[in-house]
Amino acid sequence: MRFLVGFLRFWYDFIVGDAWEIAAGAVAVLGIGAGLLRTDGVDRAFIPLVVALGVGLVLAGSLLAEVRRRRRAER
Amino acid sequence: MHMTAATLGLAAATFLASAVEFVEAFTIVLAMGLTRSWRAALTGTASALLALTAVTAIAGVALIQWISESMLQLVIGTLLLLFGLQWLRTSILRAGGLLTLRDERAAFRAEQEASRLAGHQVHLGLDWTAFVISFKGVFLEGLEVAFIVITFGLSATRYNPHGLLVASGSAVLAGLLVVAVGVIARRPLSAVPENTMKYAVGLLLTSFGTFWAVEGLGYFGSGESLTWPGQDWAILGLVVGGLGVSRLAIAGLRRTSETSRAAG
Repeated sequence: MRFLVGFLRFWYDFIVGDAWEIAAGAVAVLGIGAGLLRTDGVDRAFIPLVVALGVGLVLAGSLLAEVRRRRRAER
Repeated sequence: MHMTAATLGLAAATFLASAVEFVEAFTIVLAMGLTRSWRAALTGTASALLALTAVTAIAGVALIQWISESMLQLVIGTLLLLFGLQWLRTSILRAGGLLTLRDERAAFRAEQEASRLAGHQVHLGLDWTAFVISFKGVFLEGLEVAFIVITFGLSATRYNPHGLLVASGSAVLAGLLVVAVGVIARRPLSAVPENTMKYAVGLLLTSFGTFWAVEGLGYFGSGESLTWPGQDWAILGLVVGGLGVSRLAIAGLRRTSETSRAAG
């Protein structure tokens, strides 16, 4: 059991790291892209642009979250 | 071998990413070697390199044999995107003054201090603390290099049949260069502009990761890879867009840091 917990923790740290919102956000953005692909009437050329914009927003959101975390810690 | 711009980009990105990781691993091994035992530190390093070779070979073969092209693009693109965003985030926070810049000399002193405080256990005739810390340091830093080599190398095989060879060669070259410079200097490689390299690599990994992950989304549609407007030129657009967004973020964070310092 201890080995399994250690194994899972290792892969969590390796892939997710110290900013879980990056991993969650990136997967959510790709999920939205996959959803759009399966939606009728959506132009396929539009999907890469949505994902690229989403990735930028995920990064910006994570940076803002870090600024807020630090402000709270300073108070 | 015909060297195209894409191949040179692949070689440069893999070389930079590997060099950053090898510098960090070198600091750990050097601290263990100088403080405790060179024999244990080097045995730990060699064992980690063997384990990494096995993991890389198994993961590489598994990815090629069992996964369709679009699924492969989705898996490797997503992994690159996650690594790239983490690296980019860290380097933006450092450049913006919210995180302290990584200092190899400080990391070296911390490793030395920790190794002095650790007990003295001997297994298989080796100083076990030096062996385990060297093994973990090289394996963990090397695993990231292995993933980057596999993902970049396999993806580049579309443009260049020797993509995996170029990626592996670049990583080996970076490793040899770091070790050679480190052996000559016999001290942590603090002069390496590690944070700038991490920023550049983060930008490249994020751009290539976004590109391949989107192509891989085709797995959920017809099964064929999705194409970007402008095809491969879109990578350049992603790099330029990422550069613009990150410079804006750094400027904004610097203003925030200065305001906080002035208020504090």
